[in-house]
Amino acid sequence: MADKLYVGVSPHIHSRESVSKVMWAVCLALIPSGIAGVFIFGLSALRVILISILSCVCTEALIQKSRGKKITIADGSAVLTGLLLAYNLSSSVPFWIPLAGGIFAIAVCKQAFGGLGANIFNPALAARAFLLASWPKQMTGFTKPFSLDAISSATPLVILKEQSAKSLSDLGLSYGDLFLGRRGGCLGEVCVIALLLGAAYLLWKGYIWPQAPAGFILSLGFLSWVFSPQGFFKGDFLFSILSGGLILGAFFMATDYVTTPLTKKGQLVFGIGCGLIAFVIRRFGGYPEGVSYSILMMNAAVPLIDRWVRPRRYGVSKNR
Amino acid sequence: MLKLKDKKELTADLAIRQARLPMKVIIPLSQHIGKAVNPIVKTGDVVKTGQLIADLREDSVSAPVHSSISGKVLAIDDLAHPVLGRARAVVIASDGLDQKEEFKPIASAETAGRLSPGDIRKAVLAGGIVGMGGAGFPSHIKLNPPKPVDSFILNGAECEPYLTSDNRLMIERTDEIIQGIGLVARCVGAKNVYIAIEDNKPDAIKAFSRKLAGTGYRLKVLKSRYPQGGEKQLIKAVLGREVPPGKFPFDMGALAHNAATIYAIYEAVYSGKPLYERVITVAGDCLEKPANLLARIGTTIRDLISECGPLKEEPKKIVFGGPMMGIAQYSLDTPIIKTTAGVIFLTESEVKPAEDAFCLRCGRCVESCSLGLEPCMISLAVEKEKWDLAKSYGALECMECGSCSYVCPQGRNIVQSIKYAKMRLK
Repeated sequence: MADKLYVGVSPHIHSRESVSKVMWAVCLALIPSGIAGVFIFGLSALRVILISILSCVCTEALIQKSRGKKITIADGSAVLTGLLLAYNLSSSVPFWIPLAGGIFAIAVCKQAFGGLGANIFNPALAARAFLLASWPKQMTGFTKPFSLDAISSATPLVILKEQSAKSLSDLGLSYGDLFLGRRGGCLGEVCVIALLLGAAYLLWKGYIWPQAPAGFILSLGFLSWVFSPQGFFKGDFLFSILSGGLILGAFFMATDYVTTPLTKKGQLVFGIGCGLIAFVIRRFGGYPEGVSYSILMMNAAVPLIDRWVRPRRYGVSKNR
Repeated sequence: MLKLKDKKELTADLAIRQARLPMKVIIPLSQHIGKAVNPIVKTGDVVKTGQLIADLREDSVSAPVHSSISGKVLAIDDLAHPVLGRARAVVIASDGLDQKEEFKPIASAETAGRLSPGDIRKAVLAGGIVGMGGAGFPSHIKLNPPKPVDSFILNGAECEPYLTSDNRLMIERTDEIIQGIGLVARCVGAKNVYIAIEDNKPDAIKAFSRKLAGTGYRLKVLKSRYPQGGEKQLIKAVLGREVPPGKFPFDMGALAHNAATIYAIYEAVYSGKPLYERVITVAGDCLEKPANLLARIGTTIRDLISECGPLKEEPKKIVFGGPMMGIAQYSLDTPIIKTTAGVIFLTESEVKPAEDAFCLRCGRCVESCSLGLEPCMISLAVEKEKWDLAKSYGALECMECGSCSYVCPQGRNIVQSIKYAKMRLK
């Protein structure tokens, strides 16, 4: 027996959490929103999701194979990137949009940096930014909910931005519609209730921390309420947080392990920063939605946040 | 701090029982922090149980060692050591009689009040008592703090999974421990006495709450969290004081001893009995009869397996101490020493072999660190051999509690890289 004993360094037991467990749990948490997306926008949404996932997984496998590395598609991270990318697309995009997006996300934003753990930017969001810059026309056409023909429809944020409507009621929408997802938008961002269900699961499991999403949502909502185009303190708090991709971004992308700060305090700063930038883009920028850009910009700020927001060292700085 | 699956249910309700007398013991000459002691017996000598067999060098951090059985000295040799790997030890073959040296108590319950701090320290030194929670710091030195101490804490946290030896002592030897606390508190002049026990030990809490009336000691029930039994964490949990890096508990007016050490001090003073046996938890899912044993120092793993076995499954790791900070053993002939609170048998399915995985920067380790260090950053700095950077993230302050490696979803060997950094930075 003695010659078969392991003699590794302590600790000798482990929590049994693993990256693949976390990744698959996030994928699972995203499924309700995907189902809602397919229900609202039709089977074309499913087509986008499948192409996006396949594109990401194949790209990852091909690159790892060609570099002679271990193929890690089973860890779920490429699937997750594919899912998130698809959720950030309209269901009406041509098939080559998620295809190109998936390749860009994995090849350029993830593997070129050294693979999982080494990427600076959230691959799905960086791919979305790439697609938006390259094919703006295809990327900004949105399907009207519950219509089988691909009738192009603007998202509520676009309509408000263009000042053709002043408030939610002008749009013919209620808060309930926003909650359930009866609005134009990206296929995975519209059904808030489904997203919250997934987010609650991840929070309960401890796989994500609440700091970043809370900072993000509250700061964006607060700023939109205070500095509204109609005057101070006249903004619509609820509308600002239910519209666009905020819920998806805050819970599923501002909580990415790799591209966000190390500490809970740092994540709060990250979230507030995202909210601030998203607000500035929505309110003053030339583009109606700022969630994805705000996360990307804050991704770049992560090393700085980690340098400034450090954990409180025991016995060193009692009153910090 | 972490909430761990404590696995204490295996042994928490098992009363302490006397282990079978071993046929042979291996008694290392280094069972404490500091210098090894010199043997004063030679091969062929006949010794009694409790007889001094290795003495203290003058003016050094050290503690004497006693024989744990009666019999004949077989050899003095370099042998398997639970902490050092290999070290000098006295091997004694039992005569089966367990003839005890005559122990002379230095006080009884009536006369204890007249003992001076010096008398108590002398008895503790003569008893060869060291910190029995694992650190092994000679207790007589700890009882002579260079600064006044206002608060004494009985460390009954026992936060490591599996271990229940302190728990059983606190339940079954409550009066003795309370008397031992009295000795120590008087020795260092502590006005406040706290008995700190985690809430996963309800029987021990009950035992003390019944008997503390009139003593002025305060019972402090702590939430069960790892590593709360660490000296620094305990002092913070009980007193709200933080011991800065490089400082000692006495700098903050505090002193903590674990329950087993206090019981040994009680025995040294009230019965003159040196530290030659201790309570250990022998546990693991693969053991048929896990137990809390009163075992002789120098009892080997082999003897413990025959006492607590048979094995239901072959263990993959045999750990001295708890599974979070304990040391994995390589030989079945390794003896238990004064600092061994438990011997844990882990099976293949419980042991996760080390993986060579990259860091995700998820920050779970940072949030788990009770000292506020940044473990993942230290390990990344170590990989790049940037020693100063490792130091700036707190490598030297790490107490190696293992929380970071425990929570790491990638199973990275963070503690190992921090140990390595400490070695390089010294």
